[in-house]
Amino acid sequence: MGLLITQPKGAAQRLKDGVGAALIALVLGVPMLGLATADVGGALAVITRWPLLAGFVGVVFVGRLFFQWLIDIFSLRKKRREQARPAVAKSRPWLTWIGFAALGLAVMLPIAFSGNRYVIDTATTVLIYVMLGWGLNVVVGLAGLLDLGYVAFYAVGAYSYGLLSTHFGWGFWQTLPVAGLLAASFGLLLGWPTLRLRGDYLAIVTLGFGEIIRLILLNWTEFSGGPNGVNSIPRPTFFGLPFKPDSDDGATFASFFHLEYSPDHRVTFLYYLILALALLTNLFVSRLRKLPVGLAWEAVREDELACKAMGINVTNIKLSAFAIGAMLGGFAGVFFAARQGFISPESFVFSESATILAIVVLGGMGSQLGVVIAALLLVVLPELGRDFSEYRMFLFGAAMILIMVWRPGGIIAKREPTLRLGAAA
Amino acid sequence: MGQFIQQLINGLTLGAVYGLIALGYTMVYGIIGMINFAHGDVYMVSAIMAVTFITLLSALGISSVPLMLVLVLVIVIALTSVYGWTVERTAYRPLRNSTRLAPLISAIGMSIFLQNMVQITQGARVKPVPTLLPGSLELFTANGFTVHLAYTQILIVLVTVALLIGFTALITRTSFGRQQRACEQDRTMTALLGINVDRTISLTFMLGAALAAVAGVMVTVYYGVVDFSIGFVAGIKAFTAAVLGGIGSLPGAMLGGLIIGMIESFWSAYLSPEYKDVATFVILILVLMFRPSGLLGRPEVEKV
Repeated sequence: MGLLITQPKGAAQRLKDGVGAALIALVLGVPMLGLATADVGGALAVITRWPLLAGFVGVVFVGRLFFQWLIDIFSLRKKRREQARPAVAKSRPWLTWIGFAALGLAVMLPIAFSGNRYVIDTATTVLIYVMLGWGLNVVVGLAGLLDLGYVAFYAVGAYSYGLLSTHFGWGFWQTLPVAGLLAASFGLLLGWPTLRLRGDYLAIVTLGFGEIIRLILLNWTEFSGGPNGVNSIPRPTFFGLPFKPDSDDGATFASFFHLEYSPDHRVTFLYYLILALALLTNLFVSRLRKLPVGLAWEAVREDELACKAMGINVTNIKLSAFAIGAMLGGFAGVFFAARQGFISPESFVFSESATILAIVVLGGMGSQLGVVIAALLLVVLPELGRDFSEYRMFLFGAAMILIMVWRPGGIIAKREPTLRLGAAA
Repeated sequence: MGQFIQQLINGLTLGAVYGLIALGYTMVYGIIGMINFAHGDVYMVSAIMAVTFITLLSALGISSVPLMLVLVLVIVIALTSVYGWTVERTAYRPLRNSTRLAPLISAIGMSIFLQNMVQITQGARVKPVPTLLPGSLELFTANGFTVHLAYTQILIVLVTVALLIGFTALITRTSFGRQQRACEQDRTMTALLGINVDRTISLTFMLGAALAAVAGVMVTVYYGVVDFSIGFVAGIKAFTAAVLGGIGSLPGAMLGGLIIGMIESFWSAYLSPEYKDVATFVILILVLMFRPSGLLGRPEVEKV
């Protein structure tokens, strides 16, 4: 180990650095912030926004100085601390307790907010994203494969239920396994040719696949209804008991349990349904992680070449992760179709894939609890204000870069392997 | 026959544009071995800037078309290069020795960031510009179908050919080209020989962005309408072109661009315009399945 620099930089150097950043900001800002084109009286005209540009350059200058100062302080402290005593891997048992507390809160939520439909609806949306995040986490977090078209499998699941139920009268529980298998087959079909290649190709092929699925759903009107989508999809039933007002044709949920009919029943039921599906997903994935295939996923993520040398069939291992991720996406899609009652290609655009990826990346690849926190942040924050939802994707993009640069492990970093040599069993 | 020739001309023009963008993908892949997902959005940024500066210059009273074109090209190339540099400096350089997944995710983040940044600062609406080079040559008429060759199409092909000649000379004849090729082969060894690898990579990104800027200006002049979302599809198509030609191979990128341009143009004319993007994606998947090294590429050997 060489000598570590433990002295901060000089003021002149800092100032030069800040001025440099401000100059770059000025050049970048002139065509985007300083100048803009707008429709003025039927023709395009250039408008200028110099105060905005000046503000931006000023913020960059001050921000650069401040952050450099902050980074210097922190990295100095870290270096000094590491010199004093080498880092030891810490185990964090309290994370498990936070997980159980979160689960308790999730179970209690409909009781605490009974009658408040908005809260339960939002919580259901959060849980759909949690489930999608956990599914994608198998692919991205555990196996280390970048899937940019995850929403395609979500769409496969949603359209499976939408079409099978409206054309053939299939129920929710019948379609669920079929749709999962269908999504998994699509995953195998797509993964088989591309997973033998480098990871970068997979990213772009999945991106293309997501677009193919969307374009086919949009243009093949006879099959999918085109831009109009699929309407009046039947809602899931409680073991055959539908959620609707009392009528003469058969028992309903309310009449069977001798309750007063209320539309809240269905909302609450849907909430518990997605909670159960998400928990099953979590259980399934955390069990798989302890099986040889799950350990192989992490091994392939860490060093593909070493795995090949060990005699692991890397392609099959990747394919299994990809197919399982796709299947979980398909399950979530079935639930989505059943909850909305209406689906159209609009719901399956690239930005949806990007949102799910952002949840996984921000939460920490491989961390189950991190995904929950990230999904909560990403769904609830845009609900708080319309202004915010306009900047939503802009902030996601920036956050993805920042997280990768500063904290590649995510909010809750959990990159340590499940199994480690020499660890107490 | 007439329609066939017409589609050939249109495909050639489109292919030239895809080829220019594909060069940026292939160069960056060659030197740091990653797909620059944000490249399509850098192209989009340049197209939006072209709209701004064409409008600004005509408001300032510049009426000579050649002068206007040269000015817009110079300004947009310069500014887009700075964008290319900044993208590399902020999103990729800090991650150069990180895991393989990290730069890919950061690249996707940069792509989303650029697209939404433009949407917020410049507005989401489609931006039209007046035609700079109206008119076309009427080549011949066959069976009542007149084949047109627009002046902008001549311009695009001429500019692309000129750029390709200059670019090939830059890579094969100059000391920067030698440094760039050296970095492609072995970055550590190149650094040991006293070549500034960081600077070479930055310059490669700027060069790629400059080529994308030319494509952006040309598309703005050719189609006359631009919006914030054009980078996504153009990026995938150019990437397909780069893979088809053999990623890492410069003539391959241009060849792939031409093939993709032709396919798209013929597909729209004779089959179905709705599925022209699907055709490109299917080609991408087929190429990766059966010939992952592309038409002119070398088979890839993985190094430890």
